[in-house]
Amino acid sequence: MPKSNDRKTTDKSRDLAAQHMIDVAAKKDLSLVWDRQSAQAPPCPFGSAGMCCSICAMGPCGIMKEGKRDRGVCGATADTVVSRNFARMIAAGAAAHSDHGREVAEMFIRTARGEVPGYEIKDEDKLHRVAELYGIETADRDKNEIAEDVGRAALAEFGQNSGELAFIKRAPEKRVELWREMGIVPRGIDREVVETLHRTHMGVDQDYRNLMLQGARTSLADGWGGSMIATELQDIMFETPGHPWPTADRIPPRARLNLGVLEEDQVNIIVHGHEPLLSEMVVVASKDPELLELAEEAGASGINVSGICCTANEILVRHGVPVAGNFLQQELAIATGAVEMMLVDVQCVMQSLPRVAADFHTEVVTTTEKAHMQGATPAAFDEDAPLESARDLVRRAIENYHQRRAVDIPDISSDAVTGFSHEYINYMLGGSFRGSYAPLNSNIIDGRIRGVAGVVGCNNPAVKHDATHVALVEELIANDVLVVQTGCAAIASAKADLMRPEAAMEKAGDGLREVCETVGIPPVLHAGSCVDNSRILVALSEMVNVGQREGRLSLGDDISDLPVAGAAPEWMSEKAIAIGQYFVTSGVFTVFGVNFPTTGSEEFTDFLFEEYKDILGGSWAFEESPEDMAARMIDHIDEKRKALGIDRARERILFDMEMRRKIDTE
Amino acid sequence: MSKLIASAAIRGAHQARNTAKERFEEALEKFGEDQVVELPNTAYYLPVFYGMTGQEVETVGDMRKIFDKVDQLLPPEPDQDLWVPYLGHTLDAGMATLFADEVTESLKYLEDPLPYRTEEDCPMEGDDFWLGAADDIVFRKRGLEFVDGTAPGFAAIVGSAPTNEIAVEIARELQEKNLYVFLIGESGGKSIAEQLREEGVQMGWDNRLVPFGKDTSSAVFALGFAARVAMAFGGVQPGDYSRILNYNKNRTFAFVMALGEVTDEEYARAAGAINFGFPAIADTDIPEILPTGVCTYEHVVSMPKQTEEDKIHEEIVTRAIEVRGLKVEVSEVPVPVSYGPAFEGEIIRKDDLMVEFGGQRTPAFEYLRMRERSEDVEDGDIEIIGPDIDDLDPGSRLPLGILVEVYGRDMQDDFEPVLERMIHTYINEASGAWHQGQRDINWMRISKDGFEEGLRVKHFGDILHARLHQDYGAVADKIQVKLFTDEDEVKKWREEAREAYHQRDERIMGMTDESVDTYYSCILCQSFAPNHVCIITPQRSGLCGGYSWLDAKANYQIIPTGPNQPVDKGETIDETLGQWKGVNDYLAEASRGNLERFSAYSMVHDPMTSCGCFECIAVMLPQTNGIMIVPREYSEMTPCGMRFSTLAGQIGGGVQTPGFVGHSKLYISSDKFISADGGYERIVWMPKMLKDDVRERLNERAAEDGYDDFVSMIADEDVGSTEEEVLAFLQEVGHPALELNPMM
Repeated sequence: MPKSNDRKTTDKSRDLAAQHMIDVAAKKDLSLVWDRQSAQAPPCPFGSAGMCCSICAMGPCGIMKEGKRDRGVCGATADTVVSRNFARMIAAGAAAHSDHGREVAEMFIRTARGEVPGYEIKDEDKLHRVAELYGIETADRDKNEIAEDVGRAALAEFGQNSGELAFIKRAPEKRVELWREMGIVPRGIDREVVETLHRTHMGVDQDYRNLMLQGARTSLADGWGGSMIATELQDIMFETPGHPWPTADRIPPRARLNLGVLEEDQVNIIVHGHEPLLSEMVVVASKDPELLELAEEAGASGINVSGICCTANEILVRHGVPVAGNFLQQELAIATGAVEMMLVDVQCVMQSLPRVAADFHTEVVTTTEKAHMQGATPAAFDEDAPLESARDLVRRAIENYHQRRAVDIPDISSDAVTGFSHEYINYMLGGSFRGSYAPLNSNIIDGRIRGVAGVVGCNNPAVKHDATHVALVEELIANDVLVVQTGCAAIASAKADLMRPEAAMEKAGDGLREVCETVGIPPVLHAGSCVDNSRILVALSEMVNVGQREGRLSLGDDISDLPVAGAAPEWMSEKAIAIGQYFVTSGVFTVFGVNFPTTGSEEFTDFLFEEYKDILGGSWAFEESPEDMAARMIDHIDEKRKALGIDRARERILFDMEMRRKIDTE
Repeated sequence: MSKLIASAAIRGAHQARNTAKERFEEALEKFGEDQVVELPNTAYYLPVFYGMTGQEVETVGDMRKIFDKVDQLLPPEPDQDLWVPYLGHTLDAGMATLFADEVTESLKYLEDPLPYRTEEDCPMEGDDFWLGAADDIVFRKRGLEFVDGTAPGFAAIVGSAPTNEIAVEIARELQEKNLYVFLIGESGGKSIAEQLREEGVQMGWDNRLVPFGKDTSSAVFALGFAARVAMAFGGVQPGDYSRILNYNKNRTFAFVMALGEVTDEEYARAAGAINFGFPAIADTDIPEILPTGVCTYEHVVSMPKQTEEDKIHEEIVTRAIEVRGLKVEVSEVPVPVSYGPAFEGEIIRKDDLMVEFGGQRTPAFEYLRMRERSEDVEDGDIEIIGPDIDDLDPGSRLPLGILVEVYGRDMQDDFEPVLERMIHTYINEASGAWHQGQRDINWMRISKDGFEEGLRVKHFGDILHARLHQDYGAVADKIQVKLFTDEDEVKKWREEAREAYHQRDERIMGMTDESVDTYYSCILCQSFAPNHVCIITPQRSGLCGGYSWLDAKANYQIIPTGPNQPVDKGETIDETLGQWKGVNDYLAEASRGNLERFSAYSMVHDPMTSCGCFECIAVMLPQTNGIMIVPREYSEMTPCGMRFSTLAGQIGGGVQTPGFVGHSKLYISSDKFISADGGYERIVWMPKMLKDDVRERLNERAAEDGYDDFVSMIADEDVGSTEEEVLAFLQEVGHPALELNPMM
């Protein structure tokens, strides 16, 4: 077992709770992700440049830029190999998000039929809006009837072979026209993933421009397809974050984040992964009086459910369930010795968990047939009785409590206000009667808000944990850029205290601060899990739509006109590439950090970084340091402001009768 | 710090709710569940709640619906730390406050004595001058001024000014900017309305200074007015809250002016107003909300943060107008008194009278004529023939002849009456001057106050010269005015004027729809009723009574891109119905596809739509085989089972409703009055007030068909207000409608 590598703890993470646990683990000789990362160093130069091709048995081929290894055995050029690998990452990422969406759609139908005790259709308002997008009649119909039709329509889109996905029409008209012209409107979800795998098979599509049309189409099938289905249907079943519908409380959840949320005297259950289907029920079960009594009998003062990664984000933004940490903290949580059970579902689950858990009493439980792990207990999630499954698991965790030995929980956590769904943003900017994005556009035009940035994505041990996220976000808000976040990036900012409303006074530029104070928001908004990046797509479209409805509030007629930018500073998964590509295809300038997987082909990289600007109006970029990322994003935002003519203070327009006659009143 | 405002407003909302709840419990106890609750004569129930939710509240028991909604809306106060977003909550709290206030205020109408007056204007004396909610008659009449732009919006003043003098200055300045001023609540026990009262300022709808009530909850009347404007003129359905509020944000340029300390409940009401896009401007040092979005510009502005202490009240009106984003076009008129539409309604009583002219007491006339040659008119020449009024004793009488002479390359004799008719408005808009009538039956007064401020007869000339240039500059290049006070001169010129009046009448009488190829549209009201289009023909004037075919024609020539556009009749589709291809094509375009066809002479087949400004509404009474006509001023029940206000609610906003039509009074005696449906012989019921108005002209028209006093065959409210009663009367008098073919 390798000893702790020569990186100092303070270089591994900026998070003090993480640092503490890294040191604790080192003392116990536990191998952590950072150790394995240094064991892998230096990384394979072919792989990191996207030039390794192992898709057939003639190779594997490592392509070099010059010399006789400039082609693979089959004759594929560097451009082809790099673009194939890139397209396959998109397909894998899209598959991950979409398969999640499919599970949700199936559960949604069963819920509508009343087959799943514990699940119900909660947000009828949203159900109606989604039904409308699918062309499903809502008038005088029972919510469950509507929901079943919606679920079926959504599920059908996975196997659909022709036509267009229903949510595509939520994009601005001009964008949809562009996609249609380019022939990249997804026909179905699975079809695009399959076709990408086919076209990247040995000896098929060997022109990267043509191949990337399919790459772009597959990414849209993710963002405007599978991911969006997951978000929308989950909201209807599990509550739209912020609870903005009329009969709800309209109070977004507040919660604590970081390892300090683990309770020393309670049964700690961590849910980790990406799907909320079981974890929703675990949260319910943890409040069951019978189980609480059982916990008490076991000597615990309560049952504490917390989350890691996007399973955490899902239940955080909906119910305020505390978050123990982000991706790089999964091993550290177990190392506290305070976790009775870690339930994992899909994606971003490290195979090292059972090995770390072996030193403690923690039971690692896999909860889906799709993902088993040696050393973990497979516990099938009974889809007919999820609450029963959850109860069983909670009971087991309680029974495990007495096995607990020494506990070392860092007393570090941060408060955050979360739950900024598209619907809640509408509400918070105008209340129940005037809800709209108009104030956002208005303040962007006035210059109080310079622009909006989406900062999303993973953690990556190749760079200091959370450091790029936090530095980038702080730089952006100091420059009056409102930041919207999802995924592990969001957890990073919350842990750095940036999602408290007070952060506006402490760290935001004057203009942004003033807006935050008016609305009562933090300068950094938590929008949910990584499938919830679809919320950002909807939000961007709405910013365009507001301007289409009221000319004075116009920020252009396409997403690519908006003063916005995206970033995934610490990305690591294929899902991040899929997300990046659907943002770029939707017209957003998107910067990635760590390493860019296409550097093996200058031509292909140039295609993504430069040519895309003309083709799509959005493009990829790569920067290593948060300062450079921020500078690129702010420059882009300023360019867009200039193009919109809002780079200078506007004169106050006073309206006479004639002008008022021309204003639409819709 | 917006959070302070949010906290205060949310606290205030809870207080307003609790007050309303107490009043409600008391009313329940005292009057019972089924006691009817209503604001005076309105078809819009409790208009804010009705507009926002579409729910009708008619009894005390129904008010539970309101509390359900209020309790659902009321948010908690923001926390000290880690607060959740409060802007949405604050706006909801504001709306909840308005709902609660409608409970509190409407229950006042159950009190005895009534705490509010029900007439349009305040009595001249006494403390009992609060006017409360505007009924639909007032609302429609005033709404029209919002439609045509004569009133750009309203200021809701809450509280009181530091001194009476400042109160008068602020009110005067707002009046001069043509705004309606709603006076609400008090500060330190004093209301600005009381301050104005103490200073002898006339108040009422005619003066555009409307004291609603001394409790700030009466502010809800201002928002109820706004909600009704959207429903009546904008054609917005009750319950379509988003459109009602955005309509007001974009069309009704109103704001709240908070004078004196701002209480929690006042913050709550201001938050309610912000929902309508109406910002608040305070004269005290309170937190500001400057970022934009829900309102057009800033939301809350505190004058002490904007300017120096001693300029707060001097600048507050200008700043408020800027914050609302309002461009006020004020007529610059060289007179020593205040000038503007707000002063049009000013009354000059006998005791206040300096001098009067005409009114059958002295000879008088007003006459505007065009001159063919430029050298005949010296622009700006104001000549008085006879003495001015400097040396008169108060209460004097003097003859007065007003002769306006206009030269213009594009002037036509057809425009003479159009311009001449404006003399009434132009003179009336001067504070201290009063005008009634026209031609040789005009009657004018100058008040003692006006006289003391320097107003003289000569200024009538200055006013007419300035205003005609402003409004009719496109046709009037040069204007001169002769003012005769010498009796002989007046009498001499009056003869000439009478000859001209006679010739004009002959010319207009001879005009028929067939005699012209072009009609005119009027889309003035599209600012408020976007789907409505008026078509004005020589024999059918605009439904508001304000625009004849000649007026429209003149307006078109004066402003070629304005709201009156020529409409080529084109091919005749149906002569009887009055359908023309050119008119239909125009209609489809101008109504944005809302309307395809229009019959000029039928209320059954494709009748003309209404904006909401109609002088009268005609309604079929199927049992009688005839129609009834109800004018805007008549608020009692009619034989069709609906009051004017309810009817107006059904046909306004650009909807084509067969069997119903809005029209002008003048149209009733036109040969083309629903001529496709049987014409005037269909008229079986009209209130007496309308009969008096149209008797002479209608009888004259009917005489052509051999009727002697046709109007006496028409039933009125004395006969009854049910179809059965009307029918019995018709049978008794042998009304011709009974013999006509069925209408449909």
